[in-house]
Amino acid sequence: MKTLARAALLWLGFVLGQALAADKSLPRYTDAGPEPLLARVFEYIEKSHWEAALQETEKLLAAYPNFRLAHLIKGDLLLARTRPLSRFGEGGEAADAAKVNDLREEAIARLRAYREKPRQDAVPRYLLQLSANQQYAIVIDTERSRLYLYRNDQGTPRFVADYYVSHGKLGTEKMREGDKKTPIGVYRVIASIPRQKLSDFYGSGAFPLDYPNAWDKKKGRNGHGIWLHGTPADTFARPPKASDGCVVLANPDLEELARHLQIGATPVIISNRVEWLSLDDWRNERQALLAMIEEWRKDWESLDLDRYARHYAREFSSGTMDRSAWLAHKSRVNASKQWIKIGIDNISMFRNPGKEEYVVVTFEQDYRSSNLSQRTQKRQYWIKEEGRWKILQEETL
Amino acid sequence: MHDAQGAWAFFARIDGQIDFSVPSAVNRAFFALSYSSRRLAGLVACVAATCLTPVYASIEDAQQMIRAGQHAKALELVERHLKNHPKDVQARFLKGVALMGLNRAAEAEAVFKKITEEQPNLPEPYNNLAVIYAQQKQYDKAREALEAAIRTHPAYATAHENLGDIYARLASQAYGKALQLDAANTVAQAKLAMINELIGASAAKAATPPAASTKSAPEKAVPTRPEAGGTTTLAPSSPTGAPKPPQEAKAQETSPPSKPTTPASPAPEEEIAAFVDGWLSAWSRKDVKAYLAHYAADFTPPKGQSRSEWENERKQRLTKPGPIQVRRESLTIKPDNHGSVSVRFRQHYQSANFKASSSKTLLLAKRNGAWQILKETAE
Repeated sequence: MKTLARAALLWLGFVLGQALAADKSLPRYTDAGPEPLLARVFEYIEKSHWEAALQETEKLLAAYPNFRLAHLIKGDLLLARTRPLSRFGEGGEAADAAKVNDLREEAIARLRAYREKPRQDAVPRYLLQLSANQQYAIVIDTERSRLYLYRNDQGTPRFVADYYVSHGKLGTEKMREGDKKTPIGVYRVIASIPRQKLSDFYGSGAFPLDYPNAWDKKKGRNGHGIWLHGTPADTFARPPKASDGCVVLANPDLEELARHLQIGATPVIISNRVEWLSLDDWRNERQALLAMIEEWRKDWESLDLDRYARHYAREFSSGTMDRSAWLAHKSRVNASKQWIKIGIDNISMFRNPGKEEYVVVTFEQDYRSSNLSQRTQKRQYWIKEEGRWKILQEETL
Repeated sequence: MHDAQGAWAFFARIDGQIDFSVPSAVNRAFFALSYSSRRLAGLVACVAATCLTPVYASIEDAQQMIRAGQHAKALELVERHLKNHPKDVQARFLKGVALMGLNRAAEAEAVFKKITEEQPNLPEPYNNLAVIYAQQKQYDKAREALEAAIRTHPAYATAHENLGDIYARLASQAYGKALQLDAANTVAQAKLAMINELIGASAAKAATPPAASTKSAPEKAVPTRPEAGGTTTLAPSSPTGAPKPPQEAKAQETSPPSKPTTPASPAPEEEIAAFVDGWLSAWSRKDVKAYLAHYAADFTPPKGQSRSEWENERKQRLTKPGPIQVRRESLTIKPDNHGSVSVRFRQHYQSANFKASSSKTLLLAKRNGAWQILKETAE
């Protein structure tokens, strides 16, 4: 058993080194996935309790029979009884080193996630404002292979659960069709495809996202068919980087998640690495933006085109109109009005997680005027220009 | 005659070689006991001769037949013997071995299973059950059986070796599942070492007297049939399959099987003193095998060490260069209430660069009819 001790120290040093570096004061939540058991397996290995480690691994396999990572660990724990091992999954390397490496990545991702749960008093920066009808929001951290589910608690996002996810084989920041990358940005779930209509490859269901969104199109990004979906029957999970761009969950996780998804409403924000804000900082950011939107609303009501125009970025566009065409159009419309009243409600605001700083603002617009009233849904993309939030794009949905 | 080679041969690996040279029942009994003290040999031989020979006559023949690959004949003989001695564990065990030789694995399994149920502290039937399970590729069951064998006898080398094979096999199955390999890609079926003798073998093995082991060539080797239908092959033997340090002490009083375990009666002081002297002598001779053979399979190593850690440490210490002399002074024997005795004496140790005297206490108990050390403490 000494040999195993040595072996385990080596590979655990690697696997856990990063995980253990985490802030130990982080609160831990229980969740239903394999992570708690997996973490226990590693704790036992760390303490040289090999038999207990194997027993926990067996439990893991009883609960998740197709959990390849657990099979690999089991292989290691058994093989280490017959010869010294120096690396995680060493006994499987001869057969398929690439797959062993994938499973090592998965182990690291899962353990890290288990040991570094988000803090209760922090929220992803992107969830600036959930509208009243958005009961949940999804934030994905591709670097950590993790999907976080948040509940809308009267406007404040509250952490509900997190799940291991896989993303594109070639990473993120999708640009082109077939580039095997996952887009980074603010998306929504726009459909639900039941299992019956899918091949086994997609597991227990699929939820297409609205990639490419208006921003992506503006940036010339293409491709389509970015989905959240499940896993084929022969495996519990896929490696961290495995898909052609989709975000893939274990079937039980997808099923659980599906209960919270609202088609057309639930935001799915995909980031390289989630930025977390304290609730205070998050409130400040939110207030600043809400204040800008309020200013824009008032300036529009004022029928003063100059005041209105200062809210629009130089590169503004709406449909085929550029900034000057838009302002000319507004000028014409305003000329026919004695008064307008703009009501805004159900605002949602999501900050883009990528390098491009923008906020997607969606709201119900109650437009009343001396000669026309209408209620529409509007989406705007706000960017920072010369230190001020301005509208880059505006469209009626 | 007093070599352990024959004993080792029982443990030869079936996928490698097997040797069926078996010491006689008398010798087995002798081996089982003699290592405590050569002085007891006469007495023991006498006891063995009167107690064991009649029962084992037909068993011996059956063993010979199995060696010759005449499993059907052996089975017939064993069955006949069992009519008169239905409880004879050795005979039942041989029946299992013969059935395995006849490819009647299901029946052999039933025989071995029954023995494990009735005598759960015998390691051999567990081992052979594991062999059957492994043939059926039921590696988890094989593992359980071998772990049971080792639980009864922690230092059981054959079971350890077999378990090693099973672990490797299970590991490769696990890797196969982890990496989605073809079944064909994974390692071939495990072939475990079957044990063909139930009694005395391990004790004989442990008993290797220092000057023996000259007769290293196998007595006979009987190739019986080629591998067919998934059965094991009995190939020509070689003594190389085995030797490892002797550890196989048995907690079971086995000769004859129906005899109850040694009662907790106080042993003659002379016998105990001779045992202690034999132990000190092996130590002084730096005869690691003989020294370790004085320790029971259920000996509790000090400092929370595992058996193998402790053995390794002892091996290292004993094999250090330079002479060692260990002797005792005064001996008090105090019977314990569990059939064990507590032996206390002054121990004088001297090696090339170290000299110490301490008060030593050995907790002894009878294992397989012979005294062995359960615990060793020094003050």
